[in-house]
Amino acid sequence: MTASTPEIVIDVEGLTKSFGTKKVVDNLSMRVERGAIYGFLGPNGSGKTTTIRMLCGLLTPDAGRGSCLGYDILTQQDEIKPRVGYMTQKFSLYGDLTIRENLEFVARIYGLDDPVGAANDALIRLGLADRADQLAAELSGGWKQRLALGACTLPDPALLLLDEPTAGVDPKARRDFWDEIQHLAAQGLTVLVSTHYMDEAERCHKIAYIAAGRLLVSGTIDEIIREAGLATYIVTGPELNELTDRLRKTPGVEMAALFGMALHVSGRDGSLLDKIALDFGEGAPQRWTKGAPMLEDVFIDLMIRAGGAPL
Amino acid sequence: MNPSKQAHKRFRAALQRLAAIFLKEFLQLRRDRGTMAMIVFIPLMQLMLFGYAINTDPKHLPTALLVQDDGPLARSVVAALRMTDYFAIERAAKSEEDADRMIRSNEVQFIIEIPPDFERRLVHGDKPAILLVADATDPTATVGAVAGANGAMAGALERELTGPLARLAQGAAPFELRVQARYNPAAEARRNIVPGLIGTILTMTMLIYTSLSVTKEIERGTMETLLAMPVRPVEIMLGKILPYVAVGAVQMTIILLVATLFFHVPIVGSLATLIPLTLLFIVANLSVGYTFSTLASNQMQAFQLSFIYFLPSMLLSGFLFPFRGMPNWAQDLGSILPLTHYLRIVRSVMLKGSGFSDLSMDTGALALFTLAAMYVAVTRFRQTLD
Repeated sequence: MTASTPEIVIDVEGLTKSFGTKKVVDNLSMRVERGAIYGFLGPNGSGKTTTIRMLCGLLTPDAGRGSCLGYDILTQQDEIKPRVGYMTQKFSLYGDLTIRENLEFVARIYGLDDPVGAANDALIRLGLADRADQLAAELSGGWKQRLALGACTLPDPALLLLDEPTAGVDPKARRDFWDEIQHLAAQGLTVLVSTHYMDEAERCHKIAYIAAGRLLVSGTIDEIIREAGLATYIVTGPELNELTDRLRKTPGVEMAALFGMALHVSGRDGSLLDKIALDFGEGAPQRWTKGAPMLEDVFIDLMIRAGGAPL
Repeated sequence: MNPSKQAHKRFRAALQRLAAIFLKEFLQLRRDRGTMAMIVFIPLMQLMLFGYAINTDPKHLPTALLVQDDGPLARSVVAALRMTDYFAIERAAKSEEDADRMIRSNEVQFIIEIPPDFERRLVHGDKPAILLVADATDPTATVGAVAGANGAMAGALERELTGPLARLAQGAAPFELRVQARYNPAAEARRNIVPGLIGTILTMTMLIYTSLSVTKEIERGTMETLLAMPVRPVEIMLGKILPYVAVGAVQMTIILLVATLFFHVPIVGSLATLIPLTLLFIVANLSVGYTFSTLASNQMQAFQLSFIYFLPSMLLSGFLFPFRGMPNWAQDLGSILPLTHYLRIVRSVMLKGSGFSDLSMDTGALALFTLAAMYVAVTRFRQTLD
């Protein structure tokens, strides 16, 4: 299936969707190239899930147009569905079926020639073989997630849509999951994945940041950091909490946020920030060092400017 | 703190928790608009419906007349029967076979047969017999009419038996009304009730199997995955209905075995008629249940819809009360329900030995109903989460 996939897998323009009076997705445009891992970031309620649902035909956009795998998302949903694997945010396979039965069900729906064999192969590939006859409802979060990924990759889709696939999953399972995603992408599968985790965002080839239904920035991590034009200082030492409060009230400081033991202070005006660093650093117990902004700095800055809640 | 004060405090805390649950339930209930509407609608509708519809002494029952003597005396007897209000003599049978066919296919409830030479033999004092054949599969539907007919016979020929015939008016009636309660001569209620129960039980069980099938997927969240997969509404519907046809077949077997072995209800007709038509009825009910599950937005609503459907099925189908005793509007309403048609089918096949050709109307109605329910279900099925 991958062979016939066009170069641009997702190409949408002006997607808009409202629920009642609330505009959940607002004039959203994006392009995703084949084989890319495209990260979808943004706070809760920013419209990530709604966008993904519009891409796979579960929701009808109020406005906008576009294609997914070369098929029109408004009229050719029947062509899109067989070629897309969609992993929902909430586990939505059958809890009262075993792992094997769930996989065989999916294989049959997608019309695979040998559903039993395909399910068996998937069980082995996913390392689920010794749990094959366990009911899905009894699985822990990590195994459920693995099963869900197995189910949506089973029919050999050309595009994977993963909606916060690693929410509530332990770090080891998260890492395994991402190894698998990168492995799949290397084989030519395109992956659109929404996440809250910065380390996951950094494993994406491209990312898009969405807030309040609007796509604010997109590109590679380097591009996004560069375009943000932020200057950043990293402050270490005692009494950082107090300092944070003071810095937030200081004009010229766009963002001041604690990352573990270090305080990241960012501003768009580099020379002004240099001056602030000098003023605050002189004679103070903290150490100010000029650093490169990280993706997280950029996002928190974006979010503050968009007036959104913290990530 | 003294013990009574402590007990008082514990009691107050319990009341407060109770109030918390009470309030929460009430808020949830109030938010479910469908349920709120049905709280008012169900009792109102059912009361109005059944209060007016049910009548255990049906009149104007369809009757076929087989006249082999068309003389004035015979006509007077027929007129007397008509006067009882029990018989709606609207069909004329050409022959005995024709009359039998009418009663087998439920076109008529009674046949009045006037024998040849009725008048001549009456005048001769031979006491000829008029035959009143009653379809007694439902004894309650015929008992009033038979009593009315007997009562009417005494004065039936009062006016005609004058002059030279006046001698016939003396003493006992110069003719006889012979009543033949066909199919259920001993008027056993169970012969009527047990086949009816087959239909009622299947309605109830089948409806429950499918009425939650879509709401369940929505409430468990599995609908999202299902909709994202390349599967069509018709496929989902048929895939969800068909397993229960097998379940229905098992239930049908159990019920038929019990009906014949324990209740000694005969199966006069052929199983080759009864089984396919019962399966059709099973599919009809499964389709209704499935349709409800696409109309309801949660399981509570699905249950209520099933209930709204079930009660008229019991009361307006002819299961508990004679169908022909109901006013026309109630009969029309009853004719929409699959159970009405299936009751005719199952009683006719089991007790009268009717075949496919006798039951084509009811079979057609069941099939039409099934298709209509499926059509509604498929068009109502929401293919997106919009």
